[in-house]
Amino acid sequence: MPRLEVLKTWKLFIGGAFPRTESGRTMILWGTEDRVVAHCCQGSRKDLRNTVEIARKALPGWWKRDAYNRGQILYRLAEMAEGRTAELVDAIRSIPDADTGRGPTAAQARKEIACAVDRLVSFAGWCDKFPQVVGSRNPVNGPYHDFTMPEPTGVCGVIAPNAPSFLGLVTHLAPILAGGNVAIAMASETNPLPAMVFAEICATSDVPGGVVNILTGYRREMLPEFADHRDIDAIGGAAETVEERRILELGAADNMKRVRLETVGDVDYFDDDSRHSPWTIEPFTEMKTIWHPSGS
Amino acid sequence: MNSTTSTPEWEYAPAPERVDPGIEDRHRLFIGGRFIASRGRKTFETINPATEDVLSCCDEANAADVDAAVESARTAFRKWSRTKPKERAKYLYRIARRIQERARELAVLETMDGGKPIRESRDVDIPLVAQHFFHHAGWCDKLQYAFPGATEPKPLGVCAQVIPWNFPLLMLAWKIAPALACGNTVVLKPAETTPLTALRFAEICEECELPAGVVNIVTGAGDTGRLLVEHPDVDKIAFTGSTDVGKRIAAATAGTGKRLTLELGGKSPNIIFADASIDQAIEGIVQGIWFNQGHVCCAGSRLFVQESVLPEVIEKLERRLGTLRVGDPLDKNTDVGAINSGPQLATINRYLAEGTEEGATMHRPHSSSLPEKGFWCQPCFLSDVQPNHVIAREEIFGPVLAVMSFRTPEEAISRANDTRFGLAAGVWTDKGSKIFEVASKLQAGVVWLNTYNRFDATSPFGGVKESGFGREGGLHGLRGYLKI
Repeated sequence: MPRLEVLKTWKLFIGGAFPRTESGRTMILWGTEDRVVAHCCQGSRKDLRNTVEIARKALPGWWKRDAYNRGQILYRLAEMAEGRTAELVDAIRSIPDADTGRGPTAAQARKEIACAVDRLVSFAGWCDKFPQVVGSRNPVNGPYHDFTMPEPTGVCGVIAPNAPSFLGLVTHLAPILAGGNVAIAMASETNPLPAMVFAEICATSDVPGGVVNILTGYRREMLPEFADHRDIDAIGGAAETVEERRILELGAADNMKRVRLETVGDVDYFDDDSRHSPWTIEPFTEMKTIWHPSGS
Repeated sequence: MNSTTSTPEWEYAPAPERVDPGIEDRHRLFIGGRFIASRGRKTFETINPATEDVLSCCDEANAADVDAAVESARTAFRKWSRTKPKERAKYLYRIARRIQERARELAVLETMDGGKPIRESRDVDIPLVAQHFFHHAGWCDKLQYAFPGATEPKPLGVCAQVIPWNFPLLMLAWKIAPALACGNTVVLKPAETTPLTALRFAEICEECELPAGVVNIVTGAGDTGRLLVEHPDVDKIAFTGSTDVGKRIAAATAGTGKRLTLELGGKSPNIIFADASIDQAIEGIVQGIWFNQGHVCCAGSRLFVQESVLPEVIEKLERRLGTLRVGDPLDKNTDVGAINSGPQLATINRYLAEGTEEGATMHRPHSSSLPEKGFWCQPCFLSDVQPNHVIAREEIFGPVLAVMSFRTPEEAISRANDTRFGLAAGVWTDKGSKIFEVASKLQAGVVWLNTYNRFDATSPFGGVKESGFGREGGLHGLRGYLKI
């Protein structure tokens, strides 16, 4: 008799733990030939609220960590992701494209993972460099020492694109973490499994609990909640449609959230030149200018 | 001037500034390089808030005027964005020089239309305006060096810029200088109570032969501003003003793809530790809250004093406040001028009434009489203020300081940050490591240490949280006017 496979229960990733959605709802992910690949959590408004509270508490610790230390933790993420390539390949390939009916090939999945791992390495390196690149000492009139430096914006929502499911998430998450922010990511709706494997990678790296949080669910349900939540400071990631962008920007106006969304079609996720730029970190920072007299 | 309990018994002779800025009875819109009448034929009066005399009559731009202004900016953009950067620079240098040449006239006009003391418009506003244009002129041909890796930064297009009445010409400079340096064209709307220096600036653009349509000035009130920021052919909106209006603009812009920078309200904390040099700190508080009648978005309007020095600070503050000269803004000895408008004065008075009703103690050492006409508010401060009091939470935008005390640095930081705003902050202590630790924990875009209300064209200014986003000034200010 063949051995019965032990299936994984897919959960959310909040505060370093893997709770089920408080809503008790799941969404079905379909494979080829109407086979059920997984039941994923259908995250809710309450899940988001709980996550924001936890992320807010995790912010000061991550913010105040030495840049060298943050860099090492991001590098550790890359190490762990590299080691779990096989599992990520399976996760990326498990869900077929709605139009073509086929999932990515193994080679495509490997390329996506390699690019994502390299991206984590790149941003690991940026942690202790971008403040020098984007900061300044300002030559003001008068006897003042005047300088400008970036600080993290705070609690950031990260709306990952539906595809590429893994690289898309990493691309938008890495600059936000490198900038000293904490993140609440909304995984790809069409294939959230690689994001949840990444959650396990985070949990087994040295990322402090609450710094990276990942929710799964329906964009049409969750995006307005991200937009309206008054204790989220910024929203990054990519909008699939103009309507998604409008919803996020409209809700954000109420608490002056910084909406730094890209548009899915405009982003070349495989282009290292544009994606490894410090100007992907800067939108999630606030420039603080400090003046002090220097003599009379 | 009458004597007070704390000022000596001698009088200042009046020292009025006598330059006549030559104000015409009627001002038109500046569109496409020409001064033209509004198609709607509606006008509004602008008055001197110190005398309530009508200074001039301005056109109120309607939808057709705004359309024409945006179209003229769009047309001009094609050429201006392709003008050689070093040539663009020379226009801005010319403007900077012309502002310096006409500085006295501009200062007087600013003071007459807005009510601020001539000492401030002459020594602070106008010099900063000139510096802003001179500084940004030099950026025109250096943009490719501003953002490492971004070797071909591109202008955005037509910028809609709406500015407030507290620093009329300076806010214009903060908006127009970087926009033009980056190759954009602009339509700017000055505040309805202070349109005159913006229109005088339009004259300077003409004198400097700035190509028609690169700068357009439309005057009017909130409706004109709304028409401008909601215009579909605008690529970027830069707004300085209240947080409420800023939120409405952000909502109206949602999903349009327009770029946005917002410099909004504040309720900035000024923290004095017991180990500060108290006399210097007192001067800093004065500079922080009574500068420009408190009509300053980054005014240090919440004073946190470490408990052990509270009595000393209150006593010294009373004495110093008593020496401030309130009155004719055109008098060179005046420290505090007129409130910008009747409605603003009513707002301030409402807050003052609410503050005392809620139990705060009013300190108003000035006993001198104020002019009969005009809008005036004796500068004052309130002690016994609780964190939940309205005067401790809302932006008053007047010469009113709320004084509170604290015990530990942690308490000072958490109370300073307990606000939806995050524009500026001040810290006073002679302990180096403490001052930088507190500075790093304060949620603010600008932090003044052992000083307050310093501004410079090279120094990025702007807020966090509900005080808006984006920076103005210096290299960081260019970011809001470029695609990189």
